Amino acid sequence: MAPIFTYIEHHGGVADDSATELLAAAKQLNASASPTAVVAGYGPELDTVCETLCASFGEVWKIADQSLAYPNAELVRKALVKVLPKGCLLLVPHDHFGIDLSPGLSVKLNAAFVSDVMGIEGMEGSNLKLVRQEFGGQISAHVRCDISSGAVINLRPGAFKPIEAVPANGQVVDKSSEVGTLAAGRRYLETIVAEAGDVDITKHTVLVSIGRGIQEQDNVPIAQELADAMGAAVSCSRPVVDAKWLPKSRQVGSSGQTVKPKIYLACGISGSFQHLAGIKGSPFIVAINKNPKAPIFQVADVGVVADILEFLPELTSKVREAKGASV
Amino acid sequence: MEILVCVRRVPDTAENEIRLNSAGDDIERDDLVYSVNEWDNYAVEEALQIVAKIGGTVTVVTIGGEDDEEVLRREMAMGANQGVLIADEAFDGSDGKGIATILQAMVRQGHYDLVLTGVQAEDGGAQVGGMLSAMLDYPFASLVNSIEVLEGGKLKISREIAGGNKEMNEIDLPCVLSIQTGINEPRYVGMRGIRQVAGLEIPRLTASALGVDAGTVGVAAAKVKRMDYFVPAFGKGAEMLQGSSEEIVDKLIALMKAKGGLN
Repeated sequence: MAPIFTYIEHHGGVADDSATELLAAAKQLNASASPTAVVAGYGPELDTVCETLCASFGEVWKIADQSLAYPNAELVRKALVKVLPKGCLLLVPHDHFGIDLSPGLSVKLNAAFVSDVMGIEGMEGSNLKLVRQEFGGQISAHVRCDISSGAVINLRPGAFKPIEAVPANGQVVDKSSEVGTLAAGRRYLETIVAEAGDVDITKHTVLVSIGRGIQEQDNVPIAQELADAMGAAVSCSRPVVDAKWLPKSRQVGSSGQTVKPKIYLACGISGSFQHLAGIKGSPFIVAINKNPKAPIFQVADVGVVADILEFLPELTSKVREAKGASV
Repeated sequence: MEILVCVRRVPDTAENEIRLNSAGDDIERDDLVYSVNEWDNYAVEEALQIVAKIGGTVTVVTIGGEDDEEVLRREMAMGANQGVLIADEAFDGSDGKGIATILQAMVRQGHYDLVLTGVQAEDGGAQVGGMLSAMLDYPFASLVNSIEVLEGGKLKISREIAGGNKEMNEIDLPCVLSIQTGINEPRYVGMRGIRQVAGLEIPRLTASALGVDAGTVGVAAAKVKRMDYFVPAFGKGAEMLQGSSEEIVDKLIALMKAKGGLN
């Protein structure tokens, strides 16, 4: 099989959590392979990351350039096209950087591209068999990817369990001189940190979380009443924020908040992976959804097939009774 | 500003329960409700808002067949000036790169300052915009959730990154942007609006009209192919509460009490 490379993201001198997942995926591609880590950046932080990665990778390719101090996907792409060997396999996290980088990179490398891969099922001839999800996670698909001229594969964060790292005692290979002058039509300006909201959903032990099933803004109080009765906060999934029914600060998910409640009521939420990625700490998940096939039922502890607009008010009045009885 | 928006007709996951067909080789497509891909609809709205501010035109394009005209008409009812249907049997079975190759030919025939796609479609590809930009050697930004037109052929854009944070960038025109949901509030399209554009002609472009080499697109050129659909065997799944709604509510309250949720 072609040599395997993993693109390592890093922040503040620390490799991103995805690094160990990419390593695990590389070992699934080829158990005997020694994947190479590729790291782009600038300054002492980059050196620290590279040295740390030597513990788990046999080779760590360092691309240092002042223009890469903030990772601009177009510049990183141009650098990678210069240093990567033809026909290689490159693994990249399917996050806001990987989505920016990989499709265009695959064009420039004349390699195949598969996005958001959840599973690797091995080779069939010159084809790699992969698992993806479609239709918001309602169904999965096997995909065949011809890797004879190389491939860029974006891996879903969290889908590959990190493996026990075999001490690699690797070495850093400085590739910076191969890159040349980098320029891009897009320039990073600044990062605007999300404003704190009226309610901090990350601090609550019980969340009543609503999704598309709430149907309209006028129905949001139905969830708020249940939350009030339970001493909980109302959070939500992305469509509720897109529709402007709740502020961004209430959104749970990879593009919103990461929450660690004890109990999570997912009400009318289908359960996309981006949403689930924001729920940590293994809470007790109650899913209420009128679609019995909703993906949320696969990850919930308890499920109720019901229309939340009818079910939540019933639950609220019983919760009030239960609380009243215990006082 | 001349803006091209690439749109696609997809089964609406909010309206459909997606199931395997009896043969197990595809999803059950009978009785599916189709609509314009949600991300693409936000992209069209954004294009319309830019043109309303600074002038220009909005063209919507899709690749497909006769059935796909309906999404073009819907976006024209929203206000897009023109719809274009790219239809050719040679395009059937194209992978993401094939689709980008076809769109590249369309872009090269026009004089577009800005090309918009949705971040992704229901298959979660998130690939065509980035590929298209690389083929055109245009700058690209994904996950765009605000656009401001600057002087001197530039845009100021924000990208949605982790934790609700925004990454601000300046980008040169012409460029390709993939648009994230929530960037705006797409206008409502009623039946009346659709009727008003029902008679408008939608030009069709074939591979030869676009000058696309049939060998670079379609199923034969596709390096990535879907083999089948399947329902994954997950863990045990949720314990489904059964009974009357009153019984279910009682069980649920007991469970939440036991987990410390009603203190």
